[in-house]
Amino acid sequence: MSFLKINNATKSYGSTEVLHNIDIDVEEGEFLVLVGPSGCGKSTLLNMIAGLEDITSGTISIKGQTMNGVHPSKRNIAMVFQSYALYPNMTVGQNITFGLEMHGIAKPEREKAMSEVAEMLQIKPLLSRKPGQLSGGQRQRVAMGRALVRDPDVFLFDEPLSNLDAKLRVDMRTEIKKLHQKLGTTIVYVTHDQIEAMTLSTRIAVMNGGYVQQLGTPKEIYDTPANLFVASFMGSPSMNLVPAKVVANGEGIFAQLPTGLSEQVNLKFSNPTEALKSFDQKEIVLGIRPEAITDPDGADQKANHIEQITNRVIVTEPAGSDTYVMSSLGGKDCNARMRADAQVIAGQDVPFAINMDKALPFDPFSEKRIA
Amino acid sequence: MSVASTENAISTGRITRAFIYLMLILFATFYLLPFGIMLINSVKPLSEINGGNMMALPQVFTLEPWFKAWNSAQIGVEPTGLQPYFWNSLKMVFPAVAISTVLGALNGYVLTKWRFKGDTILFGLMLFACFIPFQIVLIPMARVLGFLGIAGSTPGLVLVHVVYGLGFTTLYFRNYYQVFPTELIRAAQIDGAGFFRIFWRIMLPSSGPIIVVSVIWQFTNIWNDFLFGASFADLDSQPMTVALNNLVSSSTGVKEYNVHFAGAILAALPTLLVYIVAGRYFVRGLMAGSVKG
Repeated sequence: MSFLKINNATKSYGSTEVLHNIDIDVEEGEFLVLVGPSGCGKSTLLNMIAGLEDITSGTISIKGQTMNGVHPSKRNIAMVFQSYALYPNMTVGQNITFGLEMHGIAKPEREKAMSEVAEMLQIKPLLSRKPGQLSGGQRQRVAMGRALVRDPDVFLFDEPLSNLDAKLRVDMRTEIKKLHQKLGTTIVYVTHDQIEAMTLSTRIAVMNGGYVQQLGTPKEIYDTPANLFVASFMGSPSMNLVPAKVVANGEGIFAQLPTGLSEQVNLKFSNPTEALKSFDQKEIVLGIRPEAITDPDGADQKANHIEQITNRVIVTEPAGSDTYVMSSLGGKDCNARMRADAQVIAGQDVPFAINMDKALPFDPFSEKRIA
Repeated sequence: MSVASTENAISTGRITRAFIYLMLILFATFYLLPFGIMLINSVKPLSEINGGNMMALPQVFTLEPWFKAWNSAQIGVEPTGLQPYFWNSLKMVFPAVAISTVLGALNGYVLTKWRFKGDTILFGLMLFACFIPFQIVLIPMARVLGFLGIAGSTPGLVLVHVVYGLGFTTLYFRNYYQVFPTELIRAAQIDGAGFFRIFWRIMLPSSGPIIVVSVIWQFTNIWNDFLFGASFADLDSQPMTVALNNLVSSSTGVKEYNVHFAGAILAALPTLLVYIVAGRYFVRGLMAGSVKG
């Protein structure tokens, strides 16, 4: 029996179903991230786990106990909100202990729990301040302290970092990860930021349109996305998705597509599956991540098969650590990640090395990955 | 003049500034004039007023009219002054303001944070209460008060004012709580606080500005109300406004204008005081409630 089990859960508002048959099992100590664009239902699902929204059908259970209809305060969960939701009229200390007070825990124990948490999060000097006098990062810590002090079975995070500035966000991301490693608690974390999802999680559920599109480890999600949505949503810059034609002959299976120089090139698949063979002479969508297209010297030497093509550079975007090079492939803009000191100039024809181990074929009609 | 200052839209040359102050002083005088005249004439002996010039400063300064208005002027049939009626008004206004404000806050809390089916329609209907003219409710209200057995009493007046004020206080608190973050309520729910705990511990302590608005509004309206007081009060529960009317418009004896002026100022003092103490919060609270609502 898994620790947190979401079994065939749906959510409807009137006759509109917004979440469809969600099945997710979370083991104890896991860090599950629900990621998706706004309106995909990830926050609704989190609120259902918290008990802030009803479950229309199906069940959600924690530690084997069905939580349907159980009041949020009786589920032994704690939640960190996007706006932090600190009570503005109370001091930081009162904010942290309010939940304990409501659960009838005696004052000395409350004080003890509070000082432990304050110690851990380094917010001791702030305890007598009001939330209005804190910076964004401090508020974030207090909100986490309020959740931690309850010692809950499951932590729920609802986009906790989206109100912070970019640098602080990265710092707090690391802190949350450290905290998870230290405490080993079960966490369900909602975000629309795929980098947060990749860096924090032990598993990711990618959601769109009220469905779980794919559930898997960050590596599975990134390397073998189940469909075009997951492929394009995860990864920054996003995966190049270009139309191509499958050509099978004695030498192997190729993706045939035009370059920006209007030449047809044949890119040989490294490990073609049986399913791909059946697409002979049919159109597919070829997905290649920017880091799989490089300058020839920067190519992965361990790759089974690297295709080298010549293509015209449309524009270059030096990003410091890398240089992104835009060219045209299959009639679409195609982003390549080259080394920072690669010598490429817009308008020139330069060689590109494509790591075909990382090339993924997708069915353009079902949008699923061909595997 | 530097380039920067001529480019500014509002120039603050000496002549302009003098003009602005002149206008401000003129308007301030215009608005203060009635009060000034009341004040001047309330400290004159009656003979000076009857002698002609109402605008003149007193030649003999006396507080006699004030004492008379307060505790010995003829109100109706008894020479009690305004004093007992002042207490009547206080006894009516404090509970009425407190109850209508708390109920309005509860209504606003429920209408925004504990939404239910038909809550928008209910709020719309409550808004109607703000547009009902006093006169329309007189007869039904008299029936209800009679039915409840509190006609002609202070509790009856309190009930009337609570019912009549509820539309306004609900509107204020509803608009204020509309922008109050719902996540706070959810956090409190997860923390284990119930309906009233959330209200007392989290909503009310954060409602300072709108409480001030509600209190000023209700205090002013209830204190200044004449129609309900005249219609539903008995002799021993009549509020200040009714008593002032009885003082001023009694048709027998000499018209003691200086006493009338003093009485009128006495009747207006509490509302003046409330505005002076809390007026600044009033504007701030109104803005908070209306602009974002």
